[in-house]
Amino acid sequence: MNHGVNGVALGVFVFFFVAVTVMGFLAARWRRADNVDNAASLDEWGLGGRSFGTWITWFLLGGDLYTAYTFVAVPAAVYAAGAAGFFAVPYTILVYPLIFTFLPRLWSVSHKHGYVTTSDFVRGRFGSKGLSLAVALTGILATMPYIALQLVGIQAVLDVMGVGGGENTNWFVKDLPLLIAFAVLAAYTYSSGLRAPALIAFVKDGLIYIVILVAIIYIPIKLGGFDDIFAKAGHAFEQVNPATGKPRGELASGDKAQWAYGTLALGSALALFMYPHSITATLSSRSRNVIRRNTTILPLYSLMLGLLALLGFMAIAAGVKVKNGQLAIPQLFENMFPDWFAGVAFAAIGIGALVPAAIMSIAAANLFTRNIYKDFIKPAATPAQEAKVSKLVSLLVKVGALVFVLTMDKTVAINFQLLGGIWILQTFPALVGGLFTRWFHRWALLAGWAVGMVYGTVAAYGVASPTQKHFGGSNDQIPGIGEIGYIGLTAFVLNVIVTVVLTVVLRAVKAPAGVDETSPSDYTADVGDPGVQAELPPATAGAPGGH
Amino acid sequence: MSEPPKAERRPIVTAPLVVAGVCLVIPFIAILWVGSYAKTDPAFIGIPFFYWYQMAWVLISTGLTSIAYVIVRRHERARKAGAQR
Repeated sequence: MNHGVNGVALGVFVFFFVAVTVMGFLAARWRRADNVDNAASLDEWGLGGRSFGTWITWFLLGGDLYTAYTFVAVPAAVYAAGAAGFFAVPYTILVYPLIFTFLPRLWSVSHKHGYVTTSDFVRGRFGSKGLSLAVALTGILATMPYIALQLVGIQAVLDVMGVGGGENTNWFVKDLPLLIAFAVLAAYTYSSGLRAPALIAFVKDGLIYIVILVAIIYIPIKLGGFDDIFAKAGHAFEQVNPATGKPRGELASGDKAQWAYGTLALGSALALFMYPHSITATLSSRSRNVIRRNTTILPLYSLMLGLLALLGFMAIAAGVKVKNGQLAIPQLFENMFPDWFAGVAFAAIGIGALVPAAIMSIAAANLFTRNIYKDFIKPAATPAQEAKVSKLVSLLVKVGALVFVLTMDKTVAINFQLLGGIWILQTFPALVGGLFTRWFHRWALLAGWAVGMVYGTVAAYGVASPTQKHFGGSNDQIPGIGEIGYIGLTAFVLNVIVTVVLTVVLRAVKAPAGVDETSPSDYTADVGDPGVQAELPPATAGAPGGH
Repeated sequence: MSEPPKAERRPIVTAPLVVAGVCLVIPFIAILWVGSYAKTDPAFIGIPFFYWYQMAWVLISTGLTSIAYVIVRRHERARKAGAQR
């Protein structure tokens, strides 16, 4: 992989990186609350003062959901297997009609009661600290490997540029660039909070859009058009893989792969907005309609993702041969683009990793502070203390992710990410169910969650692939149907069945249902309604929620 | 334990709201019916059907979500105006 350092590309990369770093630190002053008391609260640091309008929210959510790892992994999956890797597109198509229905309700109830996290809401709605803890732990567990994968994304780019990847260099030199990138990320997240990634997201998305547009026009011209590209790719997919005895992939999902394709798309769509970082970006918006409007403009990113996925075919047609699929796209850029533009493309991916990594660590930190520290360790914490703990935890989470990436094999991070997706989906009944009905019993939700978690973990553990004995993929046979499908969705269905059955039983025996501190009108409240404020004063944000 | 008093206005489901709901459901049917598009022909500028069809659905579902957005916003405004009167 290493043909020596690509100086021009590296220069351009470093230029953008430095520019973004300066922005990150300046962001602390951007759109800041005038009120000095406000400045130290968790709302300010962790939700940017809840003041973001349609466009900033769009950039922030886009920067957040479409991560560097996505940009590397989706075309890599297409490069490896063809049609199956394209599931990311239908998945992001389904996300938006889905969140259209429930996110505005979450926004309203959160702004009415000062909820910062999904666990805050679950605790308030069901009066159950146990259920809230389960949701918080799941969120933190699922987010950690996601952050680690962002660092893996940066590593891939550094590798292709010829810095840091060598086998002969000692570990310190090898990992130094990653350590620097990481230190910078940690420093400005600490000082600027959510404002830093929001501001940097502008640069990141601008760069990404330029790179994709150029790539999707320039590379096919160089390769002789899409006809040629797909002919070559189709030919490559027909080759039988000696390890499995099956063809490498296919251009359109075969009969046997269709259930897997559909369930993976649906399951991933259901899971996406259960991730704490998606919710953090959502709650930082100014009103209900900002969210709804965003569901109509966010698909622009899906279109881009689709185009990006096609790059996987181009990598095949261009004769890119890499052992590690993650390097396919960076290598394609390196081969096809002039050095300076390859640098721009690498900067786009590198910065694309920083934005979500920052938001994810903030989201995980919010969860810890609100639902573990405040609920279980120090209930009397002041807003300033909350913000301080959050900042420290966000730092710890990132260090954890770094240690993870540096000490363990990359496949471990990918395995955990896969598990994370299955796990986070199990919080759906409590959160989305809770937004629409109070019928579910809190203990039934907890039991359903536990069943889903255990089933999902065990099933994923049992999946073997040619290269791995365990966690070889996210698909397994669906019990009762016999088709191959996404484990997360099967676990989710089990979860719902257990929840419903136990709710019927628990209601029959009149088990204590817990106190619901919300009222029906809270779920439709909007800016301007009594009790709803765009910027919550710290007194409200820090007030003890439900007991 | 005790349910809050239900003196509040109950959600009224009107015909336009049903239309909005249908707009949001259609993409699910189209996308999850994988068999309907799992083929390579007809190609569009060399891109197999499987890919351009799904990308076309990004645009179609965006249109449908926009329609739902307009309907829901109108409904909420009307309700707010009604509540103030």
